[in-house]
Amino acid sequence: MQNRASSIEKSRLITRRVFMLAAAKLLLIGGITSRLYSLQISDREKYELLSDKNRIREWKTPPQRGFIVDHFNNILADNDRVFQVHLDLDQIKDFNEVIFKLKNILELSNNELKKIYREKERLKPWDTLVASDNLNWTQFSKLNLYLHELEGVKPVVSSSRFYPYKDSLVHVVGYVGAASQKDIERKDVIKENLVPGLKVGKSGIEYAKETELIGKYGIKRYEVNSSGKRISQIDYIKETQGEKIKLTIDLEVQQLAQELLKGKAGSISAMDIYTGEIIAMASSPTYDPNKFTHGIGHKDWGEIRDDPLKPLVNKSIAGLYSPGSTFKPLVALAALEFGTIDPERPILCKGHKHPYELYGVKYHCWKKKGHGYMRLRNAIKQSCDIYFYEMARLLGVDRLAIIAKRYGLGSNILKDLYFDEKKGVVPNTFWKKNAIGKSWYLGETVINGIGQGYIQTTPLQLCLMTAQIANGGYKIKPHIIQDESINYESVRLKIAKQFVNETADFSNDEKFLVDRDYKLYERLYRNPENIKFIKDAMFGSTNEQYGTSYKSRYDDTKYQFAGKTGTSQVKRITEEERKLDLDQSQIEYKNRDHALFIAFAPYKNPRYSISVLVEHGGSGSSGAAPLASKLIKKIIDRHSLREQIKKGSTSLA
Amino acid sequence: MLTERLNTRNYSLFEKLKSVDYFLILIIMLIGAISVFAIYSTERGEFSFYTKNHLIRLLVFFGMFLVLSFVRITFWYKNAYFFYAVCVSLLFITLFFGLMASGSRRWLDLYFLNLQPSEIMKIAIIVCFARYYHRIQTAEIQNYKFILVPLILLLIPCYLVLQQPDLGTSILIAGTGVIIIWLAGLNIKYFVYSALLLIVSLPFAVSLLKPYQKSRILTFFNPDRDPLGAGYQIIQSKIAIGSGGFFGKGFLKGTQSYLEFLPEKHTDFIFTLFSEEFGFIGSIMLLLLYILLIYRIISIGIYTKSFFSKLFCFGFASAIFLYIFVNISMVLGLLPIVGAPLPIMSYGGSSMLSIMLGLSIVMSCKIYSQDQISNY
Repeated sequence: MQNRASSIEKSRLITRRVFMLAAAKLLLIGGITSRLYSLQISDREKYELLSDKNRIREWKTPPQRGFIVDHFNNILADNDRVFQVHLDLDQIKDFNEVIFKLKNILELSNNELKKIYREKERLKPWDTLVASDNLNWTQFSKLNLYLHELEGVKPVVSSSRFYPYKDSLVHVVGYVGAASQKDIERKDVIKENLVPGLKVGKSGIEYAKETELIGKYGIKRYEVNSSGKRISQIDYIKETQGEKIKLTIDLEVQQLAQELLKGKAGSISAMDIYTGEIIAMASSPTYDPNKFTHGIGHKDWGEIRDDPLKPLVNKSIAGLYSPGSTFKPLVALAALEFGTIDPERPILCKGHKHPYELYGVKYHCWKKKGHGYMRLRNAIKQSCDIYFYEMARLLGVDRLAIIAKRYGLGSNILKDLYFDEKKGVVPNTFWKKNAIGKSWYLGETVINGIGQGYIQTTPLQLCLMTAQIANGGYKIKPHIIQDESINYESVRLKIAKQFVNETADFSNDEKFLVDRDYKLYERLYRNPENIKFIKDAMFGSTNEQYGTSYKSRYDDTKYQFAGKTGTSQVKRITEEERKLDLDQSQIEYKNRDHALFIAFAPYKNPRYSISVLVEHGGSGSSGAAPLASKLIKKIIDRHSLREQIKKGSTSLA
Repeated sequence: MLTERLNTRNYSLFEKLKSVDYFLILIIMLIGAISVFAIYSTERGEFSFYTKNHLIRLLVFFGMFLVLSFVRITFWYKNAYFFYAVCVSLLFITLFFGLMASGSRRWLDLYFLNLQPSEIMKIAIIVCFARYYHRIQTAEIQNYKFILVPLILLLIPCYLVLQQPDLGTSILIAGTGVIIIWLAGLNIKYFVYSALLLIVSLPFAVSLLKPYQKSRILTFFNPDRDPLGAGYQIIQSKIAIGSGGFFGKGFLKGTQSYLEFLPEKHTDFIFTLFSEEFGFIGSIMLLLLYILLIYRIISIGIYTKSFFSKLFCFGFASAIFLYIFVNISMVLGLLPIVGAPLPIMSYGGSSMLSIMLGLSIVMSCKIYSQDQISNY
């Protein structure tokens, strides 16, 4: 009986414990359920995202760069189809073996191999290496043939920058190259669009207008497995092309300008004197931007970099030169505006035997025999230095600086586009005290009067100066990217508007004799007669006998232009040298004078201004004026065509 | 009074068939069917190696289950210690002659099947303990002698399995044993003391673990410690389950497993795959089926007369619960990853064999429920 009882008790105990255990089990099941709930219902979105992140991998496709076109819609920067080899580093097992095979298939040079290895060092193990970004068709088809034994090697058809006009526009348009770390840090848009082998602007418009040009990358979405192998393409968002940038440049004028400078070092700039549109901005020597697109070779780069004529410098905006006699019209204008000279006052130029003297220092005229008695108009026309020495002395450097700055010297013009632009120097007494720490000497004023000494200008500044004299003395804004809202008629209208409530008496308007900011299209002169006087004198310089650029004139009024030569000394002429009276060809190249010329055309109703600079080109009248003459003809011949296009696009817009 | 007496009453075939638990069979078949689809899904909807093998094993072992169900429960009672001894021997043999795979020696090559003796041991320990406690009176259970013997009986297989090494199975065997000792009626205080002792000795235990085992446990507490190594499984499993959402991604559409992000999806992580494809709803349904299975086994235990049968049923039900709980908690990131298959669902012959064997003993308890085994 006792056993019986024990057995029953045992059964009761076990049953009780089973129920306790069941309760515990239910509790644990509850725990599992709540965990399932939190994973699958509360946090579902988080895990869905993680799952998609696992299985979906995106590949960016390179953005299409926007075109750069000229005024006539000629494509200056185009996109070309190129064949490339990409290496997916994470899928390559034996890098050396793959490279060895590639070398044999593509016949790569040792230099190219070195580049690939260097690149590999730089990249992360899951990056894509662009082994070659410009294969020819034979190489590309051969690669495709052997592809099955090259795991991780990807033939890619891509697009790359192509400059059909090669070296004609490199200083304007710029060039592209592989995006560097600096580029990536510089612009978010580059970081965002970064794909293996991305090319970005390195100079010029390509650099300045990166944001507009770069476009938007495309996305190819693939489903991948855990080892990263692509299973299927889910999605393809096509890349988009960047904006088209339209320049004010006229390709044909630019090409001619570049052609005229061939074999020389120098610059030619031309602009519309009302709209400020830059029609040509040539710099020589030049180079082919296409070489940079796929990474320039050591030899080519060395040649460009070490060329003593400095092809990399955009001389139109980054070359600083003494303006020489091209500065004289502005000196004369300043003297007239401030009334420090009577234009009818004669000054005698007696030649080298009797130079101008100041405090015992002698200042010579360029003309050995002297000009004789000169009045202001003649002094400009024949570029008599003695006259300008005296006029500058009477005017004073500070007053001269006010006018020089007003007409565009000493300040940036296209800095927002060309980071390498230089400002130059328009000296005055305050400037010298600050920059050099010494007081101003009167002798410095004297040589400043003929555009020598401290004064430093860029050719584009001289072009702007000429434009603002030629248009009657109104402030304009030079630009190289087309602005449809600016045209000849609208500018003329804006110029005219400021006179609506003004009296016709300009004689004593002191407002125009102080240094201040001028609004766009505001008049820059005190008395319009002064501007007229200068323009007339420049007409004489080109179109009258004894004028310094008489030989380059056109008699046809359609082409007739007014200009001013300049010959700027690179080196001070010593007494001995003066006595030797060497011809320019007998002097060492680097010591020869720079030849300059500024002009506006046509003389009646002028529309364009031009500045020419030929480094060490000798005298302005023989080294620069003939080039300007040729280019002016081209510009005027194309004038009506240019206007048509402009009107066409305006009416379209 | 009476000494050993076996009730040898004869059952007619009709009686036997009548007392078969068809509901239990239905549940087993349902889980079995689900398991085939799940394995089929691991092969991306191809009826190939794993699916074929799994289906064959399921059918063979299910047949075995049906046949063994009619083995008289007294047979298991009589041969309990022998069964235990065979399993321990097999574990010994495995240690020396076992097949080596991924750093551990767990399998015996039996030509038609690679047997994992530790899986069979899971059943043997229950049978053995049921027999042992069957004879002991409640009062005696607290006696040190009767505590020491089962403890030794338990520690031998646990140690052997740990030597393979197979931490997961060892823990499951130990857990099962402890639950049975508790069910048999050992005073609760012993468990409290042991628990305290365990916590105190935990640092020493950890120092005895193999480096990979330590890493697994450390990783469990912080899966991001090594997201591509040891933490990878937990992270990917959680992603798979979480991204399944309420309704799941759909049959054969589990991207995590299809794209091979999920490790060991046939075996330990089969629940993950199922949960990814069938979502919260599917997981709850599967859990419910398992609860029904356990409930049914417990019911049989209550219904059956002999203490041996009762203890076996309750012990086996608890063991199944333990396997399920450990496996699912593991894939949900609630417990460290220790190899523990999900009963019936996971691919693996020995595990299937062991579960079906256990179920057949349960069924035998039901059919021969009127058998009064020994009565002192």
